[in-house]
Amino acid sequence: MANAVPVSTESPWPRLGLRPLALLVMAGVWAGAFLLSLALGSVRIPLDQVLTILVGGEPLRATWATIVYDFRLPKALTAALAGAALGVSGLQMQTLFRNPLADPFVLGVSSGASLGVALVVLTVGAANTALLAVAGLLGNLGLVAAACLGAGLVLLLVLALARRVQSSVTLLILGLMIGYLTSAIVSLLLYFSIAERIQAYIAWSFGSFGGVTWGQLRILTPVVLGGLLLAFILTKALNALLLGETYARSMGLDIHRSRIGIVTSSAVLAGTVTAFCGPIAFLGIAIPHLCRALLRSADHRVLVPACALLGATAALLADLVAQAPGTSVVLPLNAITALIGAPVVVWIILRRGAGRGVFGV
Amino acid sequence: MSETVLQAEALSIGYPGRQGAPRVIAADLYLRLHAGEVVCLLGPNGVGKSTLLRTLVGMQPPLAGRVWLDGADLRTLPPHELARRLSVVLTERIEVGQLSAYALVALGRHPHTDWTGRLSPRDEEVARWALEAVDAVSLAHRQVHELSDGERQRIMVARALAQEPLLMVLDEPTAFLDLPRRVEMMRLLRRLARETNRALLLSTHDLDLALRSADALWLLAPGGVLYSGAPEDLVLGGAFEATFASDGIAFDRRQGSFQVHPPAQQRVALIGDGLVGMWTARALERSGCLLVAAHEPAALRVVIAGDEQTPRWEVMANGGPPQYVASLHALAALVRRDHGAVDTPAPPAGPGDHSE
Repeated sequence: MANAVPVSTESPWPRLGLRPLALLVMAGVWAGAFLLSLALGSVRIPLDQVLTILVGGEPLRATWATIVYDFRLPKALTAALAGAALGVSGLQMQTLFRNPLADPFVLGVSSGASLGVALVVLTVGAANTALLAVAGLLGNLGLVAAACLGAGLVLLLVLALARRVQSSVTLLILGLMIGYLTSAIVSLLLYFSIAERIQAYIAWSFGSFGGVTWGQLRILTPVVLGGLLLAFILTKALNALLLGETYARSMGLDIHRSRIGIVTSSAVLAGTVTAFCGPIAFLGIAIPHLCRALLRSADHRVLVPACALLGATAALLADLVAQAPGTSVVLPLNAITALIGAPVVVWIILRRGAGRGVFGV
Repeated sequence: MSETVLQAEALSIGYPGRQGAPRVIAADLYLRLHAGEVVCLLGPNGVGKSTLLRTLVGMQPPLAGRVWLDGADLRTLPPHELARRLSVVLTERIEVGQLSAYALVALGRHPHTDWTGRLSPRDEEVARWALEAVDAVSLAHRQVHELSDGERQRIMVARALAQEPLLMVLDEPTAFLDLPRRVEMMRLLRRLARETNRALLLSTHDLDLALRSADALWLLAPGGVLYSGAPEDLVLGGAFEATFASDGIAFDRRQGSFQVHPPAQQRVALIGDGLVGMWTARALERSGCLLVAAHEPAALRVVIAGDEQTPRWEVMANGGPPQYVASLHALAALVRRDHGAVDTPAPPAGPGDHSE
């Protein structure tokens, strides 16, 4: 509530509730973006036809049903899941590390995924040009498996460290070091690789929601939903951590268990998304800031669902722009998220005068 | 009133050594805190006040001995049970972002809410009561980062209060506050202890405030000796000298404060009283004078003339002609010029022992 609004004498207390109205609006915007991403693309399908297809009716043209079911629906679902995952994961990292610059990748999980992919694309099957051709296509199952393996190994390493270290800042530094280590290995692999392989790797690193099939969605969906559920369960711990670890402990929070829960949820969300979609930058760091500025709240019972909804919406819109509707051009997703997102976030944070309020920066 | 909230028996505090003997900061402490009491922990820097506080709130295990909180051993209390009996206010500055003062206070309900963190009407009631108790209802809507240091500290006290503990431990609650705010804070803490019948333990460097407002003092002296008792008993018993001896400054038992001016250089008889007399005495003491009674031998005689609005001072040096000054600044300058030896560091002189 703005300071200019006179405080009514009837209620001198600010509301601490869950802001159902704001969340409902966010859900509405998300649904709109979802429908829009089904309608727009290289071929434009009228919205009413999209709805007809979704409820199982017969569209005016049979190809439209194929386009929606085989291409746009899995892609939109992937984008929504990935956006929600990255937004919530970023929120958890920023709160756990009490650092406004933290994002889902600070733990080095997606660096692990990148290393897995780099190992497959740049080294395995050196003599096999057919594999190379396949590897260039996103959604290759070998790539996903390698990325999952890389992310999972780093996750286990981080969890083992999280049990031992006393302070979360140490964990943050260790995560960054793991990130540097893996990118160093990737650089070495790139240096000794051939141009075509490098291009294939770079194509993966641009990020894309398009390569995920219905089959892969059967893995992606439950894993992401599980990670989000864990984040919802951890909201009370996240709220306590707002005051720092010492205060959180003094309020009866089991710091070690909470930290492991938060790290697991965040790393599973970020790692899975990276494995399936490539390293999607920017959303993870920007969405939590946007939600805090829009809702003027630091309560995680509001922020977690808000970050999930806004993250999903932002991912859908970014993907929509990357498709350059009406053309057959597909722009790199990572470029779009930052190119459009960064100015929007700067504008909102400055306009709401919230810059100082976000972690007192 | 005399219900024991916290009790330490044969408590040793310190850090376990990496190899060999542990580093003991204080050993064999017997301490008691009662409901409705404000206890101030004082001691020179680096003597282990924070270690003692951390041990008493269960953030650090004791080397030996036990701490009982509300009849339960601190080590066996599960964290959320401990949090319902004990809350803390720390010195660290919190950065919470977009949070109203009310929401921050409501966070104190953490150990009382279910796993979702949902606030029941009773939780909100307690949070409001806590804000009312610290006179901060008008701050409820404000964002925490907009608050001044004093307001923020009030809110942090309200948050600790919202935990509904038996004991509140505050680490230097007056550290970043200006003098009026410090007095306010101490008055508030005293009132909270009385009205809510809670025990309050706070560490502070504010000797004067602690002497005036604490029900009991714990003086932690170098070497791990802890003196506890009513402030006045400790003054009379010489515990302050023992605690702060190494700091090289003298404790003035009459004033209940540490002596900051140089040892007395000359005897001065001051004739006059009231407000002007009191501040004249201060100015003379600051300038290195030992005040004596009017009939005693003195190097200087200072007589207060004029009234409270326009005071004047008549100064006579050993029967010489009287000089008149119109301000204490001029008087101090005159006194300094008269004996002139204050600039060189004098050996510590006992009262009555002067060089001229």
